[in-house]
Amino acid sequence: MKPDPKPVKAPSSATVQSARTTAIQIVFGFLAVMPLLALALDEPFYLTLFGRVMVYAIAALSLDLILGYGGMVSFGHAAFLGVGAYTVGILSFHGIESAFLQWPAALLFSALAAVLIGYVSLRTSGVYFIMITLAFAQMFFYFFTSLEVYGGDDGLTIWKLSSFGGLISLDDNLTLYYVIFTALGGCLYLSHRLVNSHFGRVLQGIKSNETRMRAIGYPTMRYKLLAFTISGTMCGLAGVLLANQSEFVAPSYLAWHRSGELIVMVLLGGMGTLFGPVMGAIAFMLLAHFLADLTIYWPVIFGPFLIAVVLFGRGGLHGLIGRMGGKGG
Amino acid sequence: MTVVLLFEQLLNGLQLGIMLFLMAAGLTLVFGIMNLINLAHGSLYMVGAYLAAAFMQWTGSYIWGVLLALPATMAVGIVTEVVVLRSLYARDHLDQVLATFGLILFFNEAVRLIWGPQPQFIDLPEFLSGQIEIIPGSPYPSFRLGIILVGLATAAFLYVLVTHTRIGMRIRAGASDRVMAGALGIDIRLLFTLVFGLGAVLAGLAGMMAAPIVSVQSGMGEEILILTFVVIVIGGIGSIRGAFLAAILIGVIDTMGRAFLPQLLETFLERGAAHTAGSTIAAMLTYLLMAVVLFFRPQGLFPPRSR
Repeated sequence: MKPDPKPVKAPSSATVQSARTTAIQIVFGFLAVMPLLALALDEPFYLTLFGRVMVYAIAALSLDLILGYGGMVSFGHAAFLGVGAYTVGILSFHGIESAFLQWPAALLFSALAAVLIGYVSLRTSGVYFIMITLAFAQMFFYFFTSLEVYGGDDGLTIWKLSSFGGLISLDDNLTLYYVIFTALGGCLYLSHRLVNSHFGRVLQGIKSNETRMRAIGYPTMRYKLLAFTISGTMCGLAGVLLANQSEFVAPSYLAWHRSGELIVMVLLGGMGTLFGPVMGAIAFMLLAHFLADLTIYWPVIFGPFLIAVVLFGRGGLHGLIGRMGGKGG
Repeated sequence: MTVVLLFEQLLNGLQLGIMLFLMAAGLTLVFGIMNLINLAHGSLYMVGAYLAAAFMQWTGSYIWGVLLALPATMAVGIVTEVVVLRSLYARDHLDQVLATFGLILFFNEAVRLIWGPQPQFIDLPEFLSGQIEIIPGSPYPSFRLGIILVGLATAAFLYVLVTHTRIGMRIRAGASDRVMAGALGIDIRLLFTLVFGLGAVLAGLAGMMAAPIVSVQSGMGEEILILTFVVIVIGGIGSIRGAFLAAILIGVIDTMGRAFLPQLLETFLERGAAHTAGSTIAAMLTYLLMAVVLFFRPQGLFPPRSR
């Protein structure tokens, strides 16, 4: 066994950890009081923007569960976003507005889609897995595009949002914001419990050496499929929230760019961490938003930035904060 | 009548298959030899089409446009390889996906910045814009026929290049064992750059030939790129022979599905439903095929023999 080469003056893991905890507290505190800020600045648009950011944070988190913890590079995760959103849209189209029906149905369909996609895709690995998940997402994309009853290419406007029978109303932007906020918190807590459970440990074991895990008796395929399904379902929840937030669903929710952006968020924030994808989503969305204000040709700047992150950035923002904490302490 | 229609659609399928092969050959070579997933391969297709349009406007001739655009696309490919991709060979697939995704964003926006948001159009010279009666009573556009011929010639050229020349021998050596080939004195870096340039030319050629048929616009390479992925996955990554067979297969199945599936379903279903179901299934057909193939043969239909 070769000992790991230790960097000179390695920051103690305690300071790194505390820097990260501080960052988490700051970000969450900010998100919690964000509506007040938007009110004070008289910029109600920020409420929508940050609501959207948190929706994508949930989607990115769900992707990170299989990408960062399970080593499964899904390039078709937007499919679940679309399935969740379209379930809400289609049910609402037919007059079924109760969230108590819509939301479980959306989660169920996302889970079913994930089982289906996972069952076929997980037989392959590596680059084949990347491409087959992409192909499945395209399949769903074309499926929804061809549903002319539900708007086809143009998408479907949701006239009536999910209703909670008078308990709360999602028509109120502030309520919707805090519903999304709570959902994000819930997903983070769930993921935290999941990755630290026996199941999560096995999953991480599979990521580092699947052959060994199989040799010591774990049915790795089942573990991977379950993880894939949980991840797809969580992404479906993001889709439900997205549909309610945009009051609109369209095939573009499932476009392959979207899947790529989710991967970008995970890597930007730091994969294999719970809070990384959240920070990645915030950074990505805000960067895109402000660059778009600067010039309509913003991808010309963003593309090379992305390449630079891949070539020179290590561990994403999560790693950066850890290093900053290490330097400061 | 139906036989004529069938024959026509078969030719259309063949033409799509040829396009896919030109894309897939480059992609599968790059992956097989350098182990690089290049999402930006579709961007080279787009760059080829834009360059051909620009050179055509400059020289006034489509043929000259293509002849000038070919080396120009190769140059774009080589610069991309040297500046960005070279650093990615040793990285894992995730990094490659991400960086080449960044390249797509860049290229899509760069062409919009240079040529504006409106699509570019290409006029065909007279001898290509007519029609030829291959079988009596069924005129077929001579340009599409030209695409098939050029594509087949390119396939033959690639076959000779890879199997019967010294450079092809080096490419095959690099594909089966990079490190060993390097140790035997082959300049692997140069070889990689050359192979990437070759792939860029092939993708560019496909784009240039598609340009008069589809509109030349930002993002035009993406749909064909994903279809190309399906091709190389079904064909077995790294195999040119597999890419050729799978490209023709996908091209014909996709075209046939779109043309005949709605009618075929009419025998079981009522008209409206048959039309909807038919076009839905036709749009998903190639992806369904890929899922089925991978389910039974996770390595593709024709995996390269060397591995």
